[in-house]
Amino acid sequence: MSDPAISLDRARSSELGIVARFFKATELDTRLLGMIAALVIIWLAFQFLSGGQFLTPRNLWNLSVQTSSVAVMATGMVLIIVTRNIDLSVGSILGFVGMIMGVTQAEFLPRLIGFEHPATWIIALGVGVITGALIGGFQGFIIAFLGVPAFIVTLGGLLVWRGAAWWVTSGRTVAPMDSTFRLMGGGPEGSIGAFWSWVVGVVVCIAIVGMIINGRRQRKRFNFPRRPVWAEAFMAAVGCVLVLGAVAVANAYYWPIGIVRKYAETNNITIPDGGLFISHGIAIPVLIAVAAGLIMTFLSTRTRFGRYVFAMGGNPEAADLAGINTRWVTMKIFIIMGILCAIAGAISTARLNAATNAQGTLDELLTIAAAVIGGTSLAGGVGTIAGAMIGAVLMQSLSSGMVLLGLDTPLQNIVVGLVLVVAVWLDTIYRRRTA
Amino acid sequence: MTNTQTPLIDMEDISIAFGGIRAVDGASIDLFPGEVVALLGHNGAGKSTLIKILSGAYKRDNGTIKVNGEEAAINNPRDAKAYGIETIYQTLALADNVDTAANLYLGRELMTPWGTLDDVAMEHSAREVMGRLNPRFQRFKDPVKALSGGQRQSVAIARAILFNARILIMDEPTAALGPQETAQVGELIKQLKSEGIGIFLISHDIHDVFHLADRVAVMKNGQVVGTAKVGDVNEDEVLGMIILGKCPPGAIPGPGAVN
Repeated sequence: MSDPAISLDRARSSELGIVARFFKATELDTRLLGMIAALVIIWLAFQFLSGGQFLTPRNLWNLSVQTSSVAVMATGMVLIIVTRNIDLSVGSILGFVGMIMGVTQAEFLPRLIGFEHPATWIIALGVGVITGALIGGFQGFIIAFLGVPAFIVTLGGLLVWRGAAWWVTSGRTVAPMDSTFRLMGGGPEGSIGAFWSWVVGVVVCIAIVGMIINGRRQRKRFNFPRRPVWAEAFMAAVGCVLVLGAVAVANAYYWPIGIVRKYAETNNITIPDGGLFISHGIAIPVLIAVAAGLIMTFLSTRTRFGRYVFAMGGNPEAADLAGINTRWVTMKIFIIMGILCAIAGAISTARLNAATNAQGTLDELLTIAAAVIGGTSLAGGVGTIAGAMIGAVLMQSLSSGMVLLGLDTPLQNIVVGLVLVVAVWLDTIYRRRTA
Repeated sequence: MTNTQTPLIDMEDISIAFGGIRAVDGASIDLFPGEVVALLGHNGAGKSTLIKILSGAYKRDNGTIKVNGEEAAINNPRDAKAYGIETIYQTLALADNVDTAANLYLGRELMTPWGTLDDVAMEHSAREVMGRLNPRFQRFKDPVKALSGGQRQSVAIARAILFNARILIMDEPTAALGPQETAQVGELIKQLKSEGIGIFLISHDIHDVFHLADRVAVMKNGQVVGTAKVGDVNEDEVLGMIILGKCPPGAIPGPGAVN
């Protein structure tokens, strides 16, 4: 007599055959896929509830720009949470560094090299990045070498840097920013236009195909089992369609009529009868965020540093015994976080065209929420940069969708809070099933 | 073993204290090429602590460590590894969330010419070394967390022998293994011995020890009770050393011996 359990199991596996084989062949991260599905559901729900206002090029473009600042910081927060630390000070660092950059370009540099000097933006950004790295390094040193828990050090940092942001100008808002610096904040000027957007899209597509081919070649080197060709082709096609689709959406959002008119006047162009349509294209802050995501993904998956970060998260003692200088790695993570805060600070200061001492308030919570919704485990050792960035988009989609629906702010906060808890609960169930 | 040879490892008068408790107190121990020395003692006798000093996990307060007759500066695990000292820890010390190859090469990753991780090359040699230890092992893509106790143990052992160790420290290497795998580890120890590798073996299983070791060293309360060649003492006498600290006539008494 055959064992009924075994035959049942066989029957089930042949039933699931195609789907299971598809996931096995493409090696898709089902968790990430689930997140994307959740995002699509949220988008469709808002689209439906708002009567078709959500999934418009204009709204999606704005969504992408609004997400960039938190998305940049979320990429660093992943590494921090993976190593079982936390950083509560990122919002305050953003505020302080933003203030420093604001004062540098609006009050300090004009006296030295003149107003609107072409180098102003890079000097201001450089000062900000160095300040951010120093702050992060200082906090990281206390955490790694003096052994004070990250929660406490960064809780202190939350208060210290927010206070410091106020001290820089005694609470006065600094404006306006340098016009080149402002490009980092987006807007019609701070976007790269249709042509360059397509160029970026095509370059990314070539990179995707190149990476897949390189991966195959690497595995061929040692005769390892390779993914079936159809699966590779499928992945490449999906990747390219997504990238080019995003470019098309960004290009479908045209400059507002007032700005077009002003632009036409200054450049002596006559507006044709049908109207002049100038595409925004991809916004510069979005490019910065994507670049940060790519660099951080590279760091975390392809370098020794990233390997150590994850090993430390999985078993700190084992990492120590393996000869990893865990303290220095911890400090480096916080330095990177400080730099990312500075970049995020540049984006939000440029977008607001002013530096205020309240900038980035509560951003630490959005950043942590983005990382956690994106699958970073607070127990350490698990998390992806891409997940955290999608988490950031998800959080921003919720709040911008609710604004579109005209929900009151208190209600918005309630919804965001609930979604955070439910998302992590679902993730816990998912992990328990797959473990 | 002839004692005219230079010992591979010579730890002299090692002491370490944790908050006033002398975990290891003036312990001396040596190890010759191709020899297996078993360290025995109660829980808390100081065996693991002594061995962690050699592997660089703890920093000693006192004493010298000589490798091949020359004084060695071992202040952290990296130093120990540079001297060819590899350790299989009782806790295995694996990073649970990464895969086998990443664990084998943790801290010594293979790199491509561009300075990035060469995962494929690492997986390749991981397959090779695991094939030798555990031919049925196939789960190279899974995090170590997903492996069975025996598989995890073989990963820890593979990591120690992957880098041409000269001195191997095994802290309870068969604690998580079934009878067949235990026998495999026994075979492995004999093979490594024949290659001239010196092995410190910490074990609670006295039969195991008599089967595999050339010499035993017994510790009690942080001190060495005595050392003996396996042929010169019987199991009861060794038990007497462990429990009472009594040194039998066949053994060379240490500072921890009673009387």
